[in-house]
Amino acid sequence: MSTLGFIMMCHTALDRAAEVARHWADRDSPVVIHLDKRVERAQFDWLKRELADLENVKFCKRRKCEWGTWSLVEASQTASEVMLQEFPGVRHVYLASGSCLPLRPVDELRAYLAARPMTDFIESVTIRDVDWTIDGLNTERFHLRFPFSWKRHRFLFDRYVEFQRRFGLKRKTPDGLQPHLGSQWWCLSRQTLSAILHDRRRREFDRYFQLVWIPDESYYQTLVRNYSRNIESRSLTLSKFDFQGKPHVFYDDHLHLLRRSDCFVARKIWPRADRLYRTFLNEENNSARRAEPTPGKIDRVFAKALERRTRGRPGLYMQSRFPNSDWENGKTAAPYSVFQGFNDLFRDFEPWLSRRLGAPVHGNLFDPKRVRFAGDADTFAGCLSAAPGLRDHNPERFLTNLIWNTRGERQVFMFGPQDNQRPSRFIASDSNAQISVITGAWAVRLFTANRNFKDIRTEAARLQRREVEFVNTLRHVRSRAEIRIWSLAEFIEEPMENLQRILDAMDGAQSNRLTEAPRMANLEGLPMFLQNLKNQGMNPFAVGDFPQEGVAPLPSGANSRPYLVK
Amino acid sequence: MKAIKRYGLRLERKRFLVRGWRKSRAVEEIANRTDAIREGDILAFCTLRNEKIRLKYFLDYYRDRGVDHFLFVDNDSGDGTREYLTEQPDCSVWWTDASYKRARFGMDWINRLLRLYGHKHWCLTVDPDEFLVYPFSDTRPIPALTDWLDASSIKSFGAMLLDMYPKGSITEQPYRDGQNPFEIACWFDAGNYAINRNWDYGNLWIQGGPRARAFFPDNPARAPALNKIPLVRWQKHYAYASSTHMLLPRGLNLIYDEWGGEKASGVLLHAKFLDTFTTKAAEELERRQHYAASAEYRAYADVLRENPDFWTKWSEKYINWRQLEILGLMSKGNWA
Repeated sequence: MSTLGFIMMCHTALDRAAEVARHWADRDSPVVIHLDKRVERAQFDWLKRELADLENVKFCKRRKCEWGTWSLVEASQTASEVMLQEFPGVRHVYLASGSCLPLRPVDELRAYLAARPMTDFIESVTIRDVDWTIDGLNTERFHLRFPFSWKRHRFLFDRYVEFQRRFGLKRKTPDGLQPHLGSQWWCLSRQTLSAILHDRRRREFDRYFQLVWIPDESYYQTLVRNYSRNIESRSLTLSKFDFQGKPHVFYDDHLHLLRRSDCFVARKIWPRADRLYRTFLNEENNSARRAEPTPGKIDRVFAKALERRTRGRPGLYMQSRFPNSDWENGKTAAPYSVFQGFNDLFRDFEPWLSRRLGAPVHGNLFDPKRVRFAGDADTFAGCLSAAPGLRDHNPERFLTNLIWNTRGERQVFMFGPQDNQRPSRFIASDSNAQISVITGAWAVRLFTANRNFKDIRTEAARLQRREVEFVNTLRHVRSRAEIRIWSLAEFIEEPMENLQRILDAMDGAQSNRLTEAPRMANLEGLPMFLQNLKNQGMNPFAVGDFPQEGVAPLPSGANSRPYLVK
Repeated sequence: MKAIKRYGLRLERKRFLVRGWRKSRAVEEIANRTDAIREGDILAFCTLRNEKIRLKYFLDYYRDRGVDHFLFVDNDSGDGTREYLTEQPDCSVWWTDASYKRARFGMDWINRLLRLYGHKHWCLTVDPDEFLVYPFSDTRPIPALTDWLDASSIKSFGAMLLDMYPKGSITEQPYRDGQNPFEIACWFDAGNYAINRNWDYGNLWIQGGPRARAFFPDNPARAPALNKIPLVRWQKHYAYASSTHMLLPRGLNLIYDEWGGEKASGVLLHAKFLDTFTTKAAEELERRQHYAASAEYRAYADVLRENPDFWTKWSEKYINWRQLEILGLMSKGNWA
């Protein structure tokens, strides 16, 4: 006995629709087809001829259908009336479209429904609780009027919505209606469907819904609440929407995903997905599964796609993702550390740190002469070149590329006032950056340099100027990096504690205490050197209050290693 | 953007269209089978010169992926390219011996053909050494992509040029007719691309890869552009402005998301660096028919004398589109 009838709303890919209709009709399920009136007469005739041998396939009066308008509801009403009248044995009516594909044998669906004879499967959620829609129109669907087509008269549509909003025009919902929304693909029992169609107040309700926005998502969903004795608020059709509100399409490579979903019907299928049609339309009762539909896995796939489209991968800059400033969702892909002044103060800082972290540590990546990759390599991850010209062509992209290419490995590099300063603002505003600065550490290198004092003085002034600018950038209200700044004098008061604090803040570094210390440069004579600079008119204030020789004891003696904290 | 500037771009576009008409008067029709084009067909447009050896694989590659008709402009080949193409049932062929350079590197001819035959079709404009890889290209044909683009109201699809190279010297493994070029040139640079924004046209300017690394380390601004928009749902009034790097009207160049998300995009695998390249470079240098007084080819010739090896230990070996997606060279966007 044919207890399950299908209504098919078709407008394109009629050959596929015919295939599916035949599949259902052959398996003793009557089908009523509504074909959009905008489709040419010749195609309608073709479809009719194609299905002429099937007695339980009927065509209903054709109407012009347009997305988002009342015409779709009207079409389904007409088709439902035909179904209820022509096939009195039908207990459940299933609303499907021409691009739907049954994933499980009809018998299983029939058995499933027979076990739940009075249940209506229709997603129906109240608008107060759920953000159903993707664009702004949520409750306004029911309170404003929408006489203009969104597809054809977008301008009028938008203006009229604005107009109503500005003047606070609101419609009254008819008494006894609680607006509900849900997927437009439903499966209703004869009792409920006929109650909706034969309601005494149907004219009133229809008139109201004619000016509601996308009524096919709310007409049955609302009215069913008045009549149904048992609503299962979910759709039996697997149908997913993307962020623009258009349905996701299934292709041949979704075969396994669809099969494992255990859903009864899926929408929408790409018309040329031969393998899907071949497989599912020829699959007979291979096993009595009786499993509940579990679309969760497919949900996850599409949720991921949505996230990829709207949020993207943090730290990635590429041909189809180039965020405006501050819209990056993370300027770089992973945390990294920048050290300024440490390789001036400590002689073997990079190898020491590399041993400590168990990972390669770069030298000055922005050195004007050459990119100092770890191990002084000519190329690094992602084929980044050590040529300074290529780097300086776009230093920020160089840095983001480096961090992206080495995802999963924390990058550590040195920075200094003698380097290209262009990326400094970018680094300062990046919450992934951990920046540690010893200001005035350049003095240590100049102090040991074998150069004329006049040149040294000029160079010291230049470096100090650049460093001050860098520190100002770091202290700017917009900086989001994790920043530590010491003057040289402050830092060497307790160097090991300071280093320990930096390392502790790096995740992934070993948590045990430092046992081996880096070798500090010989600072004997530095105060004298600084005093000389001052005497020459250049005040090295970035160094801090460095104790004068003979006045205070030197913080660390010649060739000594810093004090270790056990 | 100021109205004056917008109007300037409009004039520029019109100029390209007129120029296309003017330049294509020197183009002769050899085999016109465009009657066979049906509504919704995918068309491929291509200018070429002496590329016979590549054609078999090129045609098969795109036929497999659902291109219905090919439109070629042959720039005076002497190696049988034209004869070969004329025999193909799904190819229409035009011929010219006019200057490639004066036709804006062939773009004027292509713009004309696009205007005549591309209207309301998805049109793929590629060189014979460019192979489009797009999300799910191993399981879904190009019509699946274009249907989805249509449904999403997207009019143009970007695909960055990815230079592929062999391991070892490029003359080491000779290329055979009909062979998959990526059996030889299967390596690429994964993450050294610099991106800048072109505010006038709205497109991104991408440079980098092995060519920037090997040929332009001191002058990266001159390195060739890698951003391309090869697949466009064509309208009569559209025009390619500079190779397939950018289009007018400007809106077609917005193939990237500015608010943190990712749009769908593909990659054009570039099989330039095969053994055929050395002879090609020498010939092109002689002809001086390329961009910026063939600066690119001059740079090539200097380095090529030393028979370079682009390969480094950081080079990636090509596997499939998913690999390119994970590496961040292309994106699925919200296509799933």
